[in-house]
Amino acid sequence: MGDPMKIRAALMGDETEVKVLMSHEMETGQRKDGKGQLIPAWFIQNVTVTWKDKTVLAAQWGTAVSKNPFLSFRFKGGAKGDKVTVTWVDNRGDRRTDEATIA
Amino acid sequence: MIDHTQIRRRLLKSGAALAALAAAGWFRPGTAAAESWNRGAFETHALADARRALGADNAQSGNIAFVQTPEIAENGAVVPVGIASSIPGTDSIAILIEKNPNPLAAIFDIPAGTEAAITTRVKMAQTSNIYALVRAADKYYVATKEIKVTLGGCGG
Amino acid sequence: MKAVLGCVALLAMGIAPALAAQSSTTDEIAKYRAALQDGNPAELWEARGEGIWKAPRGPKRASLERCDLGLGPGVVKGAYARLPRYFADADRVQDLESRLVWCMTTLQGLTAAEALKNRFGNGSGARSDLEALAAYVSSESQGAKMDVPLAHPKEIEAYRIGEKLFYYRGGTHDFACATCHGEEGKRIRLQDLPDLTTPEGARAAYTTWPAYRVSQGEVRTFEWRLYDCFRQQRFPELVFGSDAAIALTVFLARNANGAPFAAPAIKR
Repeated sequence: MGDPMKIRAALMGDETEVKVLMSHEMETGQRKDGKGQLIPAWFIQNVTVTWKDKTVLAAQWGTAVSKNPFLSFRFKGGAKGDKVTVTWVDNRGDRRTDEATIA
Repeated sequence: MIDHTQIRRRLLKSGAALAALAAAGWFRPGTAAAESWNRGAFETHALADARRALGADNAQSGNIAFVQTPEIAENGAVVPVGIASSIPGTDSIAILIEKNPNPLAAIFDIPAGTEAAITTRVKMAQTSNIYALVRAADKYYVATKEIKVTLGGCGG
Repeated sequence: MKAVLGCVALLAMGIAPALAAQSSTTDEIAKYRAALQDGNPAELWEARGEGIWKAPRGPKRASLERCDLGLGPGVVKGAYARLPRYFADADRVQDLESRLVWCMTTLQGLTAAEALKNRFGNGSGARSDLEALAAYVSSESQGAKMDVPLAHPKEIEAYRIGEKLFYYRGGTHDFACATCHGEEGKRIRLQDLPDLTTPEGARAAYTTWPAYRVSQGEVRTFEWRLYDCFRQQRFPELVFGSDAAIALTVFLARNANGAPFAAPAIKR
């Protein structure tokens, strides 16, 4: 289980804007360490964002998403106090779920 | 005498169609418990192969905008990319980077009720065209933009 | 007038198109920097740093919450904007990192070697506690006016030494800090170099460190910035927490006085 994400969910009119910062190395598998050995690929493959049991975004990622990924999008609906949940799963099978309250 | 060739051909035909749909990543078998990851598309090395794997060989141009996507990135490790699709019925947006070792960077599934607009950050190995691939009502659309990658300062 | 893309470009393109090309390049880079502001991974370091600050560690099983950063034991808010400064208990002018190492050794019982382990994260998983702490502590000074003191004789001495170091030419390339940062209008490749001898230049530069450097994939501090400049100047290594590093920091931080502190920032 990685480090906690930073999630911001803000009501903008009739939409909720979600911004997520995830803590992950997102290793491509192409870099070499100091000894010249390849650092194995280690990256988030799936991201799911839900609000009230509804999936509001699902993503598949490759190694080209930047380290410490950032994601921003909007969905219709949401009210102050509602929870938005973000889950990521990486290629090692590690996963992390965090939630934020819509402000 | 059983015509193995004919049987094989028929099997291959129906299997291929299913395989293509499954490979497109947007066809989720009902029994799938684990998240699906479109290995076939993510592990291609050529833009054309990635597009084919996504079923987007014949994507046409459409109302797709790059938003807050600067033309020059001071460093290829973090390149901000924003894509907004005004095409009705958009349910998926993919980002491809032509000159990356693996061109497919990300696929976003946009459920009904979610704005067809995504902002994220990608790695670019070098100056390259970026492609925004949009699926809307089972048709594919594409927009492209060149982003220059520089190496700044004293060299890192 | 800022230097244009280079003599060859001038001759090849004629002046007007070259100027136009350069200003659109500058604009696009400004757009790149603006786009980065939306989400700063430094926040992840801030959260980790706060955890480290509060965690009991070392043989003395103590947290850093009694560490005096200059405003009293445990007072973090506004402290970074008033560093470096003289500390009587150490009888020394200390910057944030040397003060943190001091607190780790005296309050927590860690050895200096343990405190300095992984002082710079290596960009692929070996993390630095000091960088996380710096992100946390500096974030608590965001918005505060830079107010570095210059009263104690050792503070004044550090400022003078820092100033001398700034202009001191040496190394294989005969560089000084001033070679790149002592004049308006200088540029390395596409990066405009701040003139640190002016208040505006010093303020803009100093108030944006620590920063998440996307090219490093780490939060980097001002100690790191000076260390890396020395490396790029082909100077001998600037020893972490040395009098030289602190003196240069005093000189540059003091010159930034009056400006609101803006870090942790995000840079290329």
